Amino acid sequence: MLKLFYEIKKGVLQTRVYQKEHNKSIAGYLAESLNDIKSSLFLAKQLAKRDIKAQYRQSYLGIVWAFIMPLTTAFVWVFLNGSGTVKLTNTGVPYPLFAFAGTLIWSMLSDAINAPIQNTTAAKSIIAKINFPKEALVVSGIYKLLFNSSVKLLLLLVFLLFYGVGLQLSLLLLPLALLGILLVGTAIGLILTPIGMLYKDVAKLISIGLSLIMYITPVVYVVPKKEGLMKMLMELNPLTPLMVTTRNIAFGNPLEYLHYYLIVLVISIPVFLIGLLFYRISIPIIVERLSA
Amino acid sequence: MKQENEVLVKVEGLSKKFCKDLKTSLWYGVQDLFSNVKGNKAQRALRDKEFWAVKNINFELRRGECLGLIGHNGAGKSTLLKILNGLIQPDEGKVTIKGRVGALIELGAGFNPILTGRENIYNNGAVLGFTRAEIDAKVEEIIDFAEIREFIDTAVQNYSSGMKVRLGFAVAAQMEPDVLIIDEVLAVGDLGFALKCFKTIDQILPNTAIIFVSHSMPMVSRICSQIILMDKGQAKFQGTDVSKAIDLYYTRFTSNESNVVFTDNSIELEHVELLNPVNVIDDLPQLNWLGDFKLRFKFRVNNMHDVPKFTINIFDKEQRPIGVLENNSKSSNLNIIDNQYIEFFVTHKKIQLSKGVYSINLGVANQKTKEPILKVNSILSFQMLHKDEIWQPFLLKSTYDNCLQ
Repeated sequence: MLKLFYEIKKGVLQTRVYQKEHNKSIAGYLAESLNDIKSSLFLAKQLAKRDIKAQYRQSYLGIVWAFIMPLTTAFVWVFLNGSGTVKLTNTGVPYPLFAFAGTLIWSMLSDAINAPIQNTTAAKSIIAKINFPKEALVVSGIYKLLFNSSVKLLLLLVFLLFYGVGLQLSLLLLPLALLGILLVGTAIGLILTPIGMLYKDVAKLISIGLSLIMYITPVVYVVPKKEGLMKMLMELNPLTPLMVTTRNIAFGNPLEYLHYYLIVLVISIPVFLIGLLFYRISIPIIVERLSA
Repeated sequence: MKQENEVLVKVEGLSKKFCKDLKTSLWYGVQDLFSNVKGNKAQRALRDKEFWAVKNINFELRRGECLGLIGHNGAGKSTLLKILNGLIQPDEGKVTIKGRVGALIELGAGFNPILTGRENIYNNGAVLGFTRAEIDAKVEEIIDFAEIREFIDTAVQNYSSGMKVRLGFAVAAQMEPDVLIIDEVLAVGDLGFALKCFKTIDQILPNTAIIFVSHSMPMVSRICSQIILMDKGQAKFQGTDVSKAIDLYYTRFTSNESNVVFTDNSIELEHVELLNPVNVIDDLPQLNWLGDFKLRFKFRVNNMHDVPKFTINIFDKEQRPIGVLENNSKSSNLNIIDNQYIEFFVTHKKIQLSKGVYSINLGVANQKTKEPILKVNSILSFQMLHKDEIWQPFLLKSTYDNCLQ
């Protein structure tokens, strides 16, 4: 039966048309895009495997690098807090654990935002020469993020045990929450990618923007109780509910900002899909402008 | 089995423009991003600093046919291929392609230098659209084809460039495309590899429509059944008369600029001419195969007492030396007129050079000391005419007779 199907598939030649105008509806595009995602899962896996292997083969510390960035940031804040340089509100859990969980989640988010531009830039040479479903690059980026995140998750579990918070039942929800972080991050990154491929300025703006936004996100400190500019900014910032809710799930604390959290997640789905379409439509233009 | 009349590639009024300035190009890119989202209905005229890289190309290609795209660098060939491969969008016109498209544009694109050859086979195969099972089934065959079994588990960064190309071709050769696009990739690699590539192409040609870009006219004449000669994005010639197209291609490269490589100023070439050409097109004299090759030289001499030795070399289009005319000797009886001129004819009867364009270099040396006096490259170009296109420089007149009458 399967073989028969394959032969039929072979018998009918797929027809491709390339022209300037297109009359496809958004739904038609989306269907094509999702179809390409499905057919390029193997390719995406292969690309992710390639990058992960290559990344660690020429490195002595290997996977340890995934922790070093969040660990150093956390260490800086533990030092600032412990030495009394800055005075932070009590967080309810041992501060090193709080800071580490925060920077870890933040690093996942910023990795996810940067991933689409980085992966597309890295794949420029194949994009310009081989016609393959470009969605594979997005999916392989997500695979790589999943890999890195699960390694980080393991380390977080070790910290939870070490600081005596223990493993709460709510931890079962944590992978879902982390998926939410990857979804939001990738959606933001994907929307910016087409223009970011044309102008290097975008990548620079993202990196500056993220380091500034980190200060109005409760990464290494909590949302202040007192009304004021900081509290207002933090509560407007859509990354705040992502941060707070995910961390509360990890610690088994009651959830705050749940409504805003769900709204952010729900909005990120159409943003992701629009990003995907925009990406699909833009690749030929990027190839034309950058490697003609 | 050849399936007749099945048009696999149809190209109608295809045009593409490019921008000469990068900054402007990027800004146009942003504009195009948004007009692309809106459906691209608007007519596209040339904007400031833009030019047509490909303009109004039309052709149809059926299964078993091979289209050769020739033209000098920057004529728009590779741009056309990129559109056909779906990498960039046309600005005007339409391409319709049926079936699986394979492209040998850059072999081994996406190879990761740190990973081993075997790992890269899987990556490259995946990029080319193979499933894991397909690659599993073919991996041994690929390794054998590439002839790198010994190094298959070595990192690709330690491969020579030839090995990388072989591996890339071995993977790509496993595709069973309906339409195959080949861009100049076969120029790399050693002779054995080139022959292997041709064997593979010969095998798949009957079931495939091939579009072949090359600067090597012998390869083009070997494979192609029709030609588009491109110049500045436009088709200067299009048709099935392959040899005519190749002649036109060569004609475009003839330059009558000679250059003096060395001189001690005692002798100066004043005039050279090919006598009795059958035709002269664009200053290029043409000669029939088996015609008499007769040159007339006129030199001005300053302060020279003995007639020097003249060496006349013939070069083919790729600047390979392929023949030399006998030197003059004492018995040639050349002489210096009024201490000012040397004039003579040199004749080679029934020239058997094959069809193509050739050029002549001149060397003058002292008859006794062999010391060079003058050396001039490309003093003259000429074209040989014959109905057959062959890649060997000589077509030697031959007769065949039965041994037993």
